[in-house]
Amino acid sequence: MTKETPIISVKNLSKVYQTEGIETVALNNVSFEINKGEFVAIMGPSGSGKSTLMHILGALDKSTSGEYILGGTNIEKLDEDELSDIRNQKIGFIFQAFNLLPRTTTIKNVMLPMLYSGIKKEDAEKIATKFLILVGLENRLHHTSNQISGGQQQRVAIARSLVMNPDLLLADEPTGNIASAQAEEIMGIFTKLNKEGHTIVMITHEPDIAQHAKRIILIKDGHLVSDKKNNNC
Amino acid sequence: MNFTDQVTESVSTLKLNKLRSGLAILGIVIGIGSVIALISIGKSSQQSIQSSIQSLGSNLLTISSSSQRNGVVRGAQGTSNTLTNADAEAIKTSPKITTVKNVSPEYSSRSQVITGSQNTNTTIIGAVPVYAPVHNVVVESGNFISESDERSMTKVAVLGPTVVSNLFGAGSVPIGEKIRIGSQYFTVIGITTSKGGSGPSNQDDRIYIPLSTAQKLLFGSKYLSSIAIEAKDADSMNDAVNEIGYLLLEMHKISDPTKADFSIMSQADILSTASSITSTFTTLLSGVAAISLLVGGIGIMNIMLVTVTERTREIGLRKALGAKKKTIITQFLVESVILTFTGGLIGIVLGVLLAYIYSKATSSLFIVSGSSVLLAFAVSSVIGIIFGWYPARRASSLQPIEALRYE
Repeated sequence: MTKETPIISVKNLSKVYQTEGIETVALNNVSFEINKGEFVAIMGPSGSGKSTLMHILGALDKSTSGEYILGGTNIEKLDEDELSDIRNQKIGFIFQAFNLLPRTTTIKNVMLPMLYSGIKKEDAEKIATKFLILVGLENRLHHTSNQISGGQQQRVAIARSLVMNPDLLLADEPTGNIASAQAEEIMGIFTKLNKEGHTIVMITHEPDIAQHAKRIILIKDGHLVSDKKNNNC
Repeated sequence: MNFTDQVTESVSTLKLNKLRSGLAILGIVIGIGSVIALISIGKSSQQSIQSSIQSLGSNLLTISSSSQRNGVVRGAQGTSNTLTNADAEAIKTSPKITTVKNVSPEYSSRSQVITGSQNTNTTIIGAVPVYAPVHNVVVESGNFISESDERSMTKVAVLGPTVVSNLFGAGSVPIGEKIRIGSQYFTVIGITTSKGGSGPSNQDDRIYIPLSTAQKLLFGSKYLSSIAIEAKDADSMNDAVNEIGYLLLEMHKISDPTKADFSIMSQADILSTASSITSTFTTLLSGVAAISLLVGGIGIMNIMLVTVTERTREIGLRKALGAKKKTIITQFLVESVILTFTGGLIGIVLGVLLAYIYSKATSSLFIVSGSSVLLAFAVSSVIGIIFGWYPARRASSLQPIEALRYE
């Protein structure tokens, strides 16, 4: 049986920050692979390097050394505009602070990645509506982002991350800014999306949130400490 | 994202902050508005000066006495008396003069004029009958000064419409009435039509009396203030200046032309002097307005820089979602061009309105040149691009992680 090509392949990844001549090693020789359809939680205390890892996985930043291949593309070799395309086409971001455009309607927020990729406005509107219905916000299409609750804002962000049909959903502390009842709803959506075949990588420091994932990678002081299946799931 | 989407998005972004957008464009509004208003007011005053100089008469040369040098001290132009009736007679009769059609010797002075309970201070012009055709003076009612008035030194006067309204009330026809100029009584024999003009050069605020009466009876002078010459046609103006110049040098026994005690000005000279003065003023004022436009542009840049800082997170998000450098540059450039373009549009309306109010208030011509409006549009857009460029560049070069982390 041939081995399946992984969606994410990280080999000997290191990231060193230089501030005023002092070197800080944020990631040290991290290697792992993630296959299509996995739901992975990356855990670690603050300062462990998990945010740095998330920036590199999200093609928002480049590593100092090592290799990162996403969906067959070597990310380390791309220029700024090509990285923009990768983020647009292959990655769906869900941020802790939702990061919706302020005073802009939910449908327009969801349409934004499609407009950057050149999809026609009319088509983008249809697709955005479809995904907003999927996350249960059919009654909030024309509300502006400051008129809806935190949980609803995060659902808008999820809809926005799905519209380009990305290879990878990348969530950075997705429940960090919402009340726990609503956090459960959000995790419910993630579980459902994962069942439908979406690959999800979630950064979190909350163990009970990480329990929703099928695999947990633990990072500490820039090193990969453990990588195991979550048996509770 | 196509261009129309970009523009709609920028407009809605700018609408979110109406007060700030309004203040940002104020500088441009004032700059463009004053450029438009000043250019149009300048053009209109240039035109009114030209038309009033043209109404002085056509193919006109004016000889006036100029001061002679006394050692190193030179008196003011026209203060010395060097022109005489003999000079005028010589120009009229000399066989060397071939290009002159009419010669009008003139004596002018200011004097108090009284009738009944009214009085005024006005310009008294001692004139001969050819004065009227030479200076385009038309008599509305009554007659102008005749040869026999001139010969027999009669005390008759032809009044300009401003004098009539000052002394007798507007619209009255005081022919046959007596007026007192200085110590002498004159009979009004005619009223001229209005020529327009205002201030000290008002050509309607004048009284014409026979030259002989003015020189001998009223002011006691044997000199002339000036001699107006009507050349045969426009082409012979230069020849006329030369012929008269040599004749007068000979008459005044001056061998060096640089020491001439008279000057000959053509209407074209006066016209070009006047136009150059007004165009200098227009240029100067437009320059000041252009500086305010520059200041307006800097204001736009300032606001755009603040906007970029304020929207750092938004820029980071847009980049994370796939916006390229070019997209971000376009977004911010479109915003600043919309600002300056709107400012330009409002400025044009304001400038035209100001020019209109000015023309109504001074009853002058209302001219708006299409080229200056077009220029204003172009300039305001270019300002948007120039002053928006730096903030847009700064926005586009923000790193997405730095920008997302920014609080």
